[in-house]
Amino acid sequence: MSSLTDSVFAAIGLIAQQDPMLWRVVARSLWVSVWATAVAGVLGICFGAWLAVTRFYGRGALLTLINTLLALPSVVVGLVVYLLLSRSGPLGYLGWLFSLKAMVLAQSVLVFPVVAALTRQCVEDADRLHGEQLRSLGAGTGLRSMLLVWDERYVFLTIVITAFGRAVSEVGAVMVVGGNIEGFTRVMTTAIALETSKGDLPLALALGLVLLAVVLCLNILVAALKSWRLRVDGSTSDPLQKAWV
Amino acid sequence: MNTQVESQSPIHTKKELQLQLQGLDVQFGAHFALTQIDLNVYAGERVAFVGANGSGKSTLLRVIHGVLPVSSGQVHWQPGVQQAMVFQRPHMLRTSVVNFVALALWLRDVPWRVAKEQAMHALHQVGLQDIAGRNAKTLSGGQQQRLAFARALAVHPQCMLLDEPTSSLDPHAKREVERIMEHWVTENSATLLFSSHNLGQVKRLATRVIYLENGRILADLPTEQFFHQPLEKSHPEAHLFLRGERV
Repeated sequence: MSSLTDSVFAAIGLIAQQDPMLWRVVARSLWVSVWATAVAGVLGICFGAWLAVTRFYGRGALLTLINTLLALPSVVVGLVVYLLLSRSGPLGYLGWLFSLKAMVLAQSVLVFPVVAALTRQCVEDADRLHGEQLRSLGAGTGLRSMLLVWDERYVFLTIVITAFGRAVSEVGAVMVVGGNIEGFTRVMTTAIALETSKGDLPLALALGLVLLAVVLCLNILVAALKSWRLRVDGSTSDPLQKAWV
Repeated sequence: MNTQVESQSPIHTKKELQLQLQGLDVQFGAHFALTQIDLNVYAGERVAFVGANGSGKSTLLRVIHGVLPVSSGQVHWQPGVQQAMVFQRPHMLRTSVVNFVALALWLRDVPWRVAKEQAMHALHQVGLQDIAGRNAKTLSGGQQQRLAFARALAVHPQCMLLDEPTSSLDPHAKREVERIMEHWVTENSATLLFSSHNLGQVKRLATRVIYLENGRILADLPTEQFFHQPLEKSHPEAHLFLRGERV
């Protein structure tokens, strides 16, 4: 117990001293996860919204697949992306393996199903409630899905934050495709795993605390935006919004 | 039971046929929401659909508007007739009042700047011009219904479809929306198709009343005849409805 307490104090010390190694790892981690969330966010929202308002043969099977991918193990994603990017793989010519780009790609693949599945559910519910009125105005399938996304935009903030949380906290995929190279592809989660195995608990704990602080800041941001939105809209009556935000 | 009801609405020999429904069926799974609906609507008519909950009024209006597909039969609008619909509970988009109206025009290929100007004109018609910049979500129920009406007006329809437009409003807002509707219909000699549970409203606004029960038209009469002539023998179901025994 005392070793845990000592580690906590040492970790706080590292954060307070603004240890450059620590902050470089944090910055790299945020850079990778922000990019991965942005890529997966744009693609996932477009795909999920389209899936919500279109009907075609095999849609049920596709939904089952997307929902299954929510539980995709990150090491499996890492392995698949590794095979794609390896020299003999189909994307080997890019030369991305053991780079930050490979890590962005792996995290994007990992969080894409999260964004797509949650977006699909949200837009489909909204379409059930309001889609008829948008169709009445003459909005076709694509435009309707985008209008519903725009109308539910604050819900998507929560979805994107959820996706970022998944990206920034995963370790398996970035470890496999990034290689955890010091000063180059080492991020918070891979550093925590490494430092723990080396027995450097204060640094591992300091990184863990920073990770928690990042997630905490994001949640504060979402809460602030929600509060601002309620002041602007003055509306809390929408059960869908209540359920999501 | 014979489902074909001969229309006894005023003779329309000189009026232009605007809408024709032929042998319309709408089926949800095994349930028939509408069965063998035949109906002609002429320009300038004010038709009220009445009936108990679940009788098919809203479904019929949605089918006529084109947002609900038919299982069989035909809905035929005369070419060039513009129609718009106001829903019972209009959904307010998370945008300003003026943008809410302009969107309907933009979706009909009107350039955004022109759409906003025309939207302001429509807001003037319903008395909402002073709150054009407000968020549509923050409006009261009566204001939301007037805004939905403004959006419908903005596209200059010759026929307006209204699904229980005042059912969720307080008496004051109800009168206000009704006044706007009546003013617009009279000014434009437009066609009005609406559903309502408010028989006083039906009396005030409609020239023709169609009574629906279980998805079938069981009476199609001029308003005067529907309310003031004995229907026990000719239309027993409508008679029971008017006595409050079919709700």
